[in-house]
Amino acid sequence: MNDKGYKLVQGNEACVEGALAAGMRFYAGYPITPSTEIAEICSQKLPKLGGKFIQMEDELASMAAIIGASLAGVKSMTATSGPGFSLMQENIGYAAIAEIPCVIVNVQRGGPSTGLPTSPAQGDVMQARWGTHGDHPAIALTPNSVQETFEYTVKAFNLAEKYRTPVILLMDETVGHMREKMTFKNISQIEIVNRKKPSCKPEDYVAYRPDEDMIPPMASFGEGYRYHVTGLTHDETGFPTNSSHVSEGLIRRIVDKVEKNIDNFSYYEEYRLEDAEIVIIAYGGVSRSAKSAVDELRKQNIKAGLFRPITIWPFLEKQIYMVSQAAKEIYVAEMNLGQYSLEVERVACKNCRVKKINKVNGELITPEEITEAIGGSYEL
Amino acid sequence: MNCSETTSKYYRVNRLPHIWCAGCGHGTLTNTVVRAIDKLKLNKDEVVIVSGIGCSSRAPGYLDFNTLHTTHGRALAFATGIKLANPKLHVIVIMGDGDSSAIGGNHLIHAARRNIDITTIVFNNNIYGMTGGQFSPTTPYGDLATTAAYGNIDKPFDLCSLAQGAGATYVGRATAYHAVLMQKLIEKGIQNKGFSFIEGLSICPTYYGRKNKKGNAFKMHSFLKENCIDKKLVDKDPDKGRNKILIGEFYNNPQPEYIESYQVIIDMFQG
Amino acid sequence: MTKENQAIMGEDMDDEKVLLLNVPWCKGCGICVGFCPTRVLKLKEGKCVIANREKCIFCGQCELRCPDNAICIGGKK
Repeated sequence: MNDKGYKLVQGNEACVEGALAAGMRFYAGYPITPSTEIAEICSQKLPKLGGKFIQMEDELASMAAIIGASLAGVKSMTATSGPGFSLMQENIGYAAIAEIPCVIVNVQRGGPSTGLPTSPAQGDVMQARWGTHGDHPAIALTPNSVQETFEYTVKAFNLAEKYRTPVILLMDETVGHMREKMTFKNISQIEIVNRKKPSCKPEDYVAYRPDEDMIPPMASFGEGYRYHVTGLTHDETGFPTNSSHVSEGLIRRIVDKVEKNIDNFSYYEEYRLEDAEIVIIAYGGVSRSAKSAVDELRKQNIKAGLFRPITIWPFLEKQIYMVSQAAKEIYVAEMNLGQYSLEVERVACKNCRVKKINKVNGELITPEEITEAIGGSYEL
Repeated sequence: MNCSETTSKYYRVNRLPHIWCAGCGHGTLTNTVVRAIDKLKLNKDEVVIVSGIGCSSRAPGYLDFNTLHTTHGRALAFATGIKLANPKLHVIVIMGDGDSSAIGGNHLIHAARRNIDITTIVFNNNIYGMTGGQFSPTTPYGDLATTAAYGNIDKPFDLCSLAQGAGATYVGRATAYHAVLMQKLIEKGIQNKGFSFIEGLSICPTYYGRKNKKGNAFKMHSFLKENCIDKKLVDKDPDKGRNKILIGEFYNNPQPEYIESYQVIIDMFQG
Repeated sequence: MTKENQAIMGEDMDDEKVLLLNVPWCKGCGICVGFCPTRVLKLKEGKCVIANREKCIFCGQCELRCPDNAICIGGKK
């Protein structure tokens, strides 16, 4: 830490610092490039804080373990990459229907399958939304710097606790592995959210009866509120139901509690959008190249701007629609063959043309690749 | 309501009658779990029962504890998270034979290897009952099932040897008929500070029994009565054990417990 | 403890045990009928019935083995 309070930190390390600042005291995971540093750092730091680290037999077990720990009242997290993220899907769905707060960090690497383990990619965007089966809520946040990784890990925990749902921190290898200066200056003023606890007596507790905000207060196992948790569709008592009416009510509630509150966590950045005719949409590591490309295009008198979503899921429908009204063309730049762009097209195609800049060779999209893709086709 | 004190004290009575078929052994085995908890006077608020998916895994829903019905085969991984996060809790896992040793096999051997203080009880009815009678990793060689129309050619596991080989520090087997022994093994399993594995041979008259012409529930119970023998007796007179099923306490060898070992690390920094 | 035994044991035996049946929970599996040492129980229309109550020796085999907690020994312990 230098005198101005700055420190050179790796993205993965900043993720752990953010989690600890948010109150995370339980990590279960399995080694996988490029997220292993998160496990290593947690194994070193957690015992010092009286927290618990465990390396499970696989990612699937890790996902199960963090749900168990959260049910026991401890804020919990796991971190992985594509292959592990695929193994975790069933239990992520369990955390969604049983409404268990937890954070899953996916440091994306080249896919599919073993793919390019040490290379960046953004090919899990749709998996972060639809990876597990059935209708369910999904929150995914994507930072683009080491500082942001710290801040949005804290936000991921706050959202998980507030909405009682799994939250995915969707990073890519670039942000996870790079080192940058970051500051811990305002660490004490960071807002920390804890899950809503029941205020009634144990015998009056109805485990899955939601309050006005669609979110049921959550007791921990061992506090005297002996209740039942299941992955079966259940009624407000938490017990399985075959009632079609109750089943639909549950699914719609757990989806609505997130999607109807999107305005509370629509995180994004606008860069030189005020008079932009060409809008680049990019997130995570690629957005840094996009920012340079905007400056470069502006030098070529092309009115370019950047819209950078940080909240990837739920999709920022309102903001993207507004951007599409003002823009002539939108270019979605991502290290996949076009995933976020599908959502952008769905919303923006009525207002403007949507083009894609895609790269799946394990390298970050460069500013030049963006400027060429745009500059070249744009007749002055 | 005409029911016993134990039933009204430990069951979510409004949830009964339970869903298990007439004569299914799971109800009897669940009662042995409840009586063991009662005998040890555990605080109900500190008892957590975790299960996976299958007939046996519906047990926790009927019991007035902290109960968690997880995904198929993964009960032990969920339970590990609960126990590690709050070691004060008595964590008991109830699974079926397929739940624990097929899809859940990886978690079983690793939980045993770690010797984490969890009591695992397997209701082994040698069949996948919930899905209608398919063979499982413990279905006897040659037996019939809806997916073994010509006789099962899978060689079955010996679950107790599997668990012991993986590192469990308390291992025993009893049956739905030998309910008193089953309760005893569960009590000692809970008291064992480490990974305890208790197999309860159950009976499935509906699928396994019918498909393999084992007779009604009473007959299947009688089969267990006549064909199982306590290891203690066989140790004295090996002849008695010939083509019988061994039951009783097989292994009791306390070893350093996982969470206590982790606490030593934590305490290094609290100084 | 059947009525005759109680008479033999003398008056101070005040724990009037009684066999309790919870018919709605009984699924008529017949396990209790099979294992009752004194043939107290029978199956009738898919349910257990206490046919020879006076023969009950309160051994508890039925309560121990019933998968549905549908039969138990009540009264003061």
